[in-house]
Amino acid sequence: MRKTRGTLITTLTWFLVALFFFPIGWMVFTSLKSEGDAASIPPKFLATLNFDQYAIVFDRGMGSYLMNSFTASIGSTLLVLLLAIPAAYALSIRPIKSVKDVLFFFISTRFLPAAASILPVFFILKALGALDNITALGLLYAAMNLPIAVWMMRSFYNEVPMEIVEAAQVDGASLRVELTRVVLPILLPGIAAVALICFIFSWNEYFLATLLTTFQARTTPPFLASFVDGRGQFLAVLSAASTLAVLPVIIAGWVAQKQLVRGLAMGAVK
Amino acid sequence: MLVRKRFLAMGAGLAITGLALSGCAGAGSTSSAAKSVTLTLATVNNPQMKDMEQLKGSFEKDNPGVKVNFVQMEEGDLRAAVTADVASGAGQYDVVTVGAYEVPQWGAQGWLTDLTDNLKADKSYDVGDILQPVRDALSSGGKQYAVPFYGESSILMYNKEMFAKAGLTMSDHPTWQEVAAAAKVLNTPEHAGICLRGKPGWGDLFAPLTTVVQTFGGAWYDENWKAQVNAPPFVEGVQFYVDLLKAAGEKDPVSNSFTECLNQLQSGKVAMWYDASVAASILEDPKTSAVAGKMGYVHAPVYKTKESGWLWSWNLAVPKTSKNADAAVKFVKWATSKDYQQLVGKTLGWTRVPPGARTSTYSIPEYKTAAAAFAPITLDVMNSVNPKQPGLNPQPWVGIQYVTIPEFQDVGNQVAQLVADAIAGRTTVKEALDKGQVIAQAAGDKQKK
Amino acid sequence: MTTTLEKTFSPPRKPRVAVTPALRKKGRQARALVLPALIFSIVITQIPFLVTIYFSLLNWNQLRPSEIKFAWFDNYKVVFTGPDFLPSLISTVIITGSSVVLSLLLGLFFAILLDRKFFGQGLARTLMITPFLVMPAAAALIWKWSLLDVNVGMINFALKLFGVPAVAWNTDFPVLTIIMMLTWQYTPFMMLILLAGLQSQSREVLEAASVDGAGPWRTFQFMTLPHLRQYIEIATLLGSIMLLQAFDPIAIMTKGTGGSKTLSYLLYERAFIGLDVGQAAAFGVVTVVVTIAVASIALRTLFKVFIDGGER
Repeated sequence: MRKTRGTLITTLTWFLVALFFFPIGWMVFTSLKSEGDAASIPPKFLATLNFDQYAIVFDRGMGSYLMNSFTASIGSTLLVLLLAIPAAYALSIRPIKSVKDVLFFFISTRFLPAAASILPVFFILKALGALDNITALGLLYAAMNLPIAVWMMRSFYNEVPMEIVEAAQVDGASLRVELTRVVLPILLPGIAAVALICFIFSWNEYFLATLLTTFQARTTPPFLASFVDGRGQFLAVLSAASTLAVLPVIIAGWVAQKQLVRGLAMGAVK
Repeated sequence: MLVRKRFLAMGAGLAITGLALSGCAGAGSTSSAAKSVTLTLATVNNPQMKDMEQLKGSFEKDNPGVKVNFVQMEEGDLRAAVTADVASGAGQYDVVTVGAYEVPQWGAQGWLTDLTDNLKADKSYDVGDILQPVRDALSSGGKQYAVPFYGESSILMYNKEMFAKAGLTMSDHPTWQEVAAAAKVLNTPEHAGICLRGKPGWGDLFAPLTTVVQTFGGAWYDENWKAQVNAPPFVEGVQFYVDLLKAAGEKDPVSNSFTECLNQLQSGKVAMWYDASVAASILEDPKTSAVAGKMGYVHAPVYKTKESGWLWSWNLAVPKTSKNADAAVKFVKWATSKDYQQLVGKTLGWTRVPPGARTSTYSIPEYKTAAAAFAPITLDVMNSVNPKQPGLNPQPWVGIQYVTIPEFQDVGNQVAQLVADAIAGRTTVKEALDKGQVIAQAAGDKQKK
Repeated sequence: MTTTLEKTFSPPRKPRVAVTPALRKKGRQARALVLPALIFSIVITQIPFLVTIYFSLLNWNQLRPSEIKFAWFDNYKVVFTGPDFLPSLISTVIITGSSVVLSLLLGLFFAILLDRKFFGQGLARTLMITPFLVMPAAAALIWKWSLLDVNVGMINFALKLFGVPAVAWNTDFPVLTIIMMLTWQYTPFMMLILLAGLQSQSREVLEAASVDGAGPWRTFQFMTLPHLRQYIEIATLLGSIMLLQAFDPIAIMTKGTGGSKTLSYLLYERAFIGLDVGQAAAFGVVTVVVTIAVASIALRTLFKVFIDGGER
């Protein structure tokens, strides 16, 4: 009886998971079909699969766009970690006045919709001669992700047992030692989680990239639109480009998912 | 590093300009191009532009040291990015793809390089060969600021097989009433009677809808910039369009614009389609189209006017801020030249030659054969539409399916969103257009002064 | 009711530490640690914001560069007296609110399902988090062309299998379409955080409760839910902030029709279709003020995470 119920719930779980994953699975499946098969109705569940569409995508020069995406995403993520780890530490473990105000300030920087700030940013970058510049884009991404990183990091610090910190302080450990030797090791999975989330957001950002870059610093998301084609069918090639565009993040997410869950739960999971 | 590169590029640009001024201008001079120049070109993600990207190697081969980078964008993004760039003088693009709506406005602002003299001086380019209505639309104050890459009017396309099966015929100059009657007969569970754009946007829904309004006797503004959006003929035209969509149109019209309708027509999901004439060259490409040879093409349906086609062109222009203006102009001329058309025809197929820009295109023998189904009617329609007065009454601007004022794209978009609500049945046409009238009048007031 | 439960189930709070000179030094150090992040954030986000405020006082249409002039509060007059702001605010509340609530509930449901040990648990969790990883621009394109399309879309294909006629999603249900897509994308995010919360629960306590004869529902209600509160709060907070900015699905699918014109799409429209830099800036400034007002009330009254902020 109990076992049947268990099986039932497992089946239900798998059914629902499959439903949620379906759009992505379907996209990958479509990317391996020919254009004709991709658009057929009723949909073809059995089709000859090949990598032709991927060859087309790389032929269109997707490589350099992917490189720019990597540069901007990894660079901005590193910078965010460098800034957020000490800041969140101070906001959690060290006594500091007006923690609330500082936290609120960070989060409030995310309230201005990109569409409102993008023209000012455009004019500032133009004045600095930094349009179509991957460093500028990376800095903007860092600013965009910093609030979330600080908030998440702080909630991880909050989970670090105060006794450990106090013991270190009683032992007369310096701030640097306290931070690097005592607290950081406990926090590693949390840092991995923050890094991954920052990476995802930078990698997927479309709007700033479209308007602030042209060619040298262009990232992958704005490049995708060029696969929608008025001539004939394009579902398969669009799916192939989309698959390539999301692949790095999906792989990173899959590989790091244990850290992600553990980081978010902060050490309590064994 | 980057800054240094910029300076070098600027220097090269100046050097080339200097040479040009000293009389070395012309297509053949290769000596000045020895320095490497990179042109950045912004364009819309349409098939003809993809062909251009595919063929750019031929230009690069003839002009050693010049490299052309294509940046393709969806139409909305292109407008946003290029407008911000050109209006602010950021100078990131050397060649921009600009619609017929923007060219005269941007030209008048002094944002685009004046091409008049350069084009006239170049005998082999033969600027007089460009279709006159298109040239008119691209000029401001007697100066030409852009050259058409391809041009289009709007025509009615229909699936001949479906018509034959239903025992219907189509006249060369159908009326909207005839089209509506045929659409109702052809509307079956397998395929819709007609595909009409419903995606809310001034260049999407309101391109065909404005021509319908005009042939019903309506217009956006009267001669004194008084908005006419809730006047009886405008309402009647929109009501007709909405009713036709409901009775015999494709499903989910709000999702649909050019690309979506094209897709449905090619897969046999609709029997008729009223849209850009350029679609015909795609539908007749035997390599990619399943309906090649099965389509018929006739003039835009009318009601109270004689012709009702629109006029549009996608054009290439060189922003004033380009640091490589000389090479950029050279590229623009190459991509719109007679030779380019030969190149497309020979390498990619004759149906893919960019249509509606040059008269001579229509006398290329291979093109005449390959495009027999749609070439004559395209040329005929494009030469018979009148952008100076497309409707029943005179109007204070030049343009058919748009109004050449900066506010129009905003007005058109907002009214399109309201009409989309009417298409979905969330509001009535009259209510939608009463709101639209207020929006349109606010923009009209700015023109009066 | 909740407060008493909280006292019962949450651990006792730490007493505040008395302020001593040594602590003051630590305070200085702490400030030094926050400062770089603060300065960076101020430079990169507040300078553009100040420029935005300045722009909001200008009469500036991108296509009328000769008419740029200082206009004081004309643009704000348009914001408050024009017909755009209020409907857009309502759309934003509806779309963001429903997406947050739906993805939170679904996320909790999935978190509970995936917290069980079952065949292929790891793989299921892996597949389940994927929608959150997918680029929104790519997701919107795939949804539009492969899923919601009236002719070739898989959702309509599935509906037809059950005898339901194809649904014209964007025409008839634009708001629902957007909510559906956003919920799909953010459920994994919520699930991830809540799953982390579930897994951080002490098994012993749960087992003890079950030995004491508490049913699964009572255990969930009185132990798991209070334990999850902090996780629910952070998930809601981060989710709301990200969903508030949602733009791609609206731009790619509904174009703001039928009540789907959220503030972030309205702003885009003002800036890049209306080409009105001043008006767009004014809408942006008002949006920020409204969001800050709502957020500070919400944070100070509803969110334990924030109320306890200074007490560590």
